Amino acid sequence: MISFTVNGKPVTVEDPPSTPLLWVIRDSLNLTGTKYGCGMALCGACTVHIDGQAVRSCVAPVSRAEGKKVTTIEGISPDLTHPLQQAWIEIDVPQCGYCQSGQIMSAAVLLAENSTPSDEDIDEAMSGNICRCGTYPRIRRAIHRAAEISKQRGAK
Amino acid sequence: MSKSFAKKWPMQIALVVWAVLAACLPALAQQQAALATSSSSVHAIVAASTATNNAARSDAAAAQAAFNRAWTVFASPRCRNCHPSGDAPLQGEDGHVHIQDVKRGPDGKGVYGMKCSTCHQVANLPGANMPPGNPKWSLPPANMKMVIQGETAGEFCRQLKDPAKNGHRSLAQIIEHVSSDDLVGWGWNPGEGRTLPPLDRPEFVAAMKAWVDNGAACPQ
Repeated sequence: MISFTVNGKPVTVEDPPSTPLLWVIRDSLNLTGTKYGCGMALCGACTVHIDGQAVRSCVAPVSRAEGKKVTTIEGISPDLTHPLQQAWIEIDVPQCGYCQSGQIMSAAVLLAENSTPSDEDIDEAMSGNICRCGTYPRIRRAIHRAAEISKQRGAK
Repeated sequence: MSKSFAKKWPMQIALVVWAVLAACLPALAQQQAALATSSSSVHAIVAASTATNNAARSDAAAAQAAFNRAWTVFASPRCRNCHPSGDAPLQGEDGHVHIQDVKRGPDGKGVYGMKCSTCHQVANLPGANMPPGNPKWSLPPANMKMVIQGETAGEFCRQLKDPAKNGHRSLAQIIEHVSSDDLVGWGWNPGEGRTLPPLDRPEFVAAMKAWVDNGAACPQ
């Protein structure tokens, strides 16, 4: 049995330790916002956070989460008020949407470490998240917009 | 009076010469002996110096040969790929730049959501082309790149010995690093589909020790 928290809630699962965290999140915990893309850490669709760091859950064994705090797209905010969610809605970033939860989770790590990222910073931070619809220009705009929203909230 | 004196001269001169010779000969002999001794000492020193130089040359040649042997491991994909000349790791046997525009970052562990540990786990994942893993998976930090890609054996050797570039490691610490570091050891446990270095680890460590024991001279 492996215990950790998911989006603030303690969970204990009986999956074998080598089971990819993605399948535990989706199948055992029924949190289906995190997507399966490639299964080889090549596309970024399955990105979640473990203790605040981005992790490709399709290749991370659930044993890696033991005793840690896992955050999925469902846990980034309880009410769509995270600056990235606000910016994504405002700019209408997604097209098919399949990659977008992974995009937002990677962007969240970027903004947590760099509150005013440049275009170059965004490229460096987001280059592991593939979008087959090519929404990259809107993703970049939305990250800049989320940075602005965060700054405005901080100023209040 | 003068005639008598003249008659006595040769004898006086002979006595004086004899006295002088008697007084000086031992000293001369001693000096000659000393000179002979000194000369033989110089010969001995020159001979020893030549032998030392020959030995030094021999040690230097042995050190260079040992390092060239170790270099075959350093230059192999398993070591070279994480010791790039740029700020992105390399991949594969051909050493192409890591896909996804991965960056070194200041500590060698990547940047933002593109850290090494985002994809690389504490152990290799099963299957070909799956991310390899180790608890210390990373590049050298930005202030100590320890570049292998594009270097010659001599250039890398001089870099490896330079405390300003090697993290202030002594030769003994370098041997310790190549002997026991877990991430170095990954090179001989690289997971499916990856070639091994041309020497096994004990052979590699032996070559590095031979390099150090023979004076750690670098190839040209």
